[in-house]
Amino acid sequence: MIERNLGLTIFCHAVLLLGAAAVCLPLYFAFVAGSLTLQEVQQTPFPWVPGTHFLDNIATAWNQGNFSRLYINSLIVTVGIVVGKLTISLIAAFAITYFRFPFRMTAFWLIFVSLMLPVEVRIIPTYEAVADAAGPLRWFADITGISWLVGSVTGYQLEAALQWNMVNTYSGLILPLIASASATFLFRQFFLTVPEELCEAARLDGAGPVKFFLDILLPLSRANIAALSIILFIYGWNQYLWPLLFTTDAEMQTAILGLKHLVPVSDAEPAWNIAMSAAFFVMLPPAVIILLMQRWFTKGLVDSGK
Amino acid sequence: MQVDPFGAREIFVGFANFAQLLGSPDYRQSVFFTLWFTVIQAVVTIALALLFAFATDFVIRGRGLYKSVILMPYAIAPVISGVLWAFLFNPAVGPLAQFIQSLGIPWDPNRRPFDAQLLVIVASVWKHICYDYIFLVAALLAVPQSLLEAAKLDGARPVRRFFTISLPLVTPTIFFLMVMNVVYGLFETFGIIDAVTRGGPAGATNTLVYKVYQDGFVQLNLGSSAAQSVILMIIAILFTVLQFRALERRVNYQV
Repeated sequence: MIERNLGLTIFCHAVLLLGAAAVCLPLYFAFVAGSLTLQEVQQTPFPWVPGTHFLDNIATAWNQGNFSRLYINSLIVTVGIVVGKLTISLIAAFAITYFRFPFRMTAFWLIFVSLMLPVEVRIIPTYEAVADAAGPLRWFADITGISWLVGSVTGYQLEAALQWNMVNTYSGLILPLIASASATFLFRQFFLTVPEELCEAARLDGAGPVKFFLDILLPLSRANIAALSIILFIYGWNQYLWPLLFTTDAEMQTAILGLKHLVPVSDAEPAWNIAMSAAFFVMLPPAVIILLMQRWFTKGLVDSGK
Repeated sequence: MQVDPFGAREIFVGFANFAQLLGSPDYRQSVFFTLWFTVIQAVVTIALALLFAFATDFVIRGRGLYKSVILMPYAIAPVISGVLWAFLFNPAVGPLAQFIQSLGIPWDPNRRPFDAQLLVIVASVWKHICYDYIFLVAALLAVPQSLLEAAKLDGARPVRRFFTISLPLVTPTIFFLMVMNVVYGLFETFGIIDAVTRGGPAGATNTLVYKVYQDGFVQLNLGSSAAQSVILMIIAILFTVLQFRALERRVNYQV
């Protein structure tokens, strides 16, 4: 549709430029602050031109926050979340779409219900469950008298053996975030669009369910998997509340938490230059992913919202 | 449940925690703030996103570039967004705070509750516009070209076409986004609050989720915190139901 309307075009460009400026302004000032020395960052008025210490500040922040370790933690946790979520939701979607088994609808509704419970709502029960993962087993042993039996026969304290604490471990950081109802639904919707004939053809050729899943469904859903992994990567990398609750050991924290520790609190020395330069390398991985794979990312987001 | 300070005993107290909660002025303040914070944040976000999406739909040159830039905040964690804005408006060193003060307006989010609330809202809106924007741009692209051309032949100008054709057709998306914005405001702004104000000053920016964390994991009042979680859960369930109603409407309108 070709149409000339100069006034409106100018207005639209102005709006978009303003929006882009509003997005860039905090980032630009963060960059300026990150390139100044401690004295320079405290001067009034605040300078508009970046200084020359950006790389120095990055190096200081990197060492001061122990980011070599935190970065690896973040990567492990993020990749764990992405792979875990994809695996679980793919398998779950496969099961509820292609199989007729007892309690299938129950399983479906259980997944559905978990959609209603973001981590923020269930922090206490989740913490309890993961901090003491063997608790239910111990309770079961206690109730049924097994622990008494074992205790009196062998003198062995079953309660002491049944301890499984995941605080400050990677599995503790990853597992509670893995279950994903929305990803399961996304794959279910997609599997429903796969033609029935494919499944029949595979069966005629003698392929079992596992072969059908691996050789036909997975290659077909490659686009969805790619789009979803981008979103999940950003989700995993940007997790804050759960790592904050669940890591007490500085060695096990994620990069986001490390950045938070560098931010000066009211009475401390205002080392904003260090914090701001750190903000840049902490947000680098998701930013790069978004810039490079924008098309996939848009598709993934709009699809998973459906 | 009430746990005594040494963790040795747990007492079942029935609904006492809930009663205490609903009677406490702190909690009511938190509910009140969460409510108006969420509503304002949701409305402002969607209005700005709609404006940007309309503009993006109209311009031809530089569309891709604008899109990439406006999408950037999606990659930025809520905490980092909070940190950035906390810096900009830091009363001692922040460039924008200095600008405001030079205009003679008093500004100190660490002491003045209203400043803190404003700052939290700005940071949350900044972080979330990109999300609404992506959906609205996609929805506007999906508006049938034939309808727009017919309207154009009838002499409707672009703004008129937007309000009489595109906007009604994307209403289901807007409704869906409203629900998502409210969910975001309720649950995902934890990082922003923690980075910008830590719920202060004097609990002025204590949202419900932040209060669950504060009471449970900082002040170790697990009973009250769990009771708050239950209330939050009810709210979450309510919104999930709403969200699915919204999805159904989306399907019906074929947008």
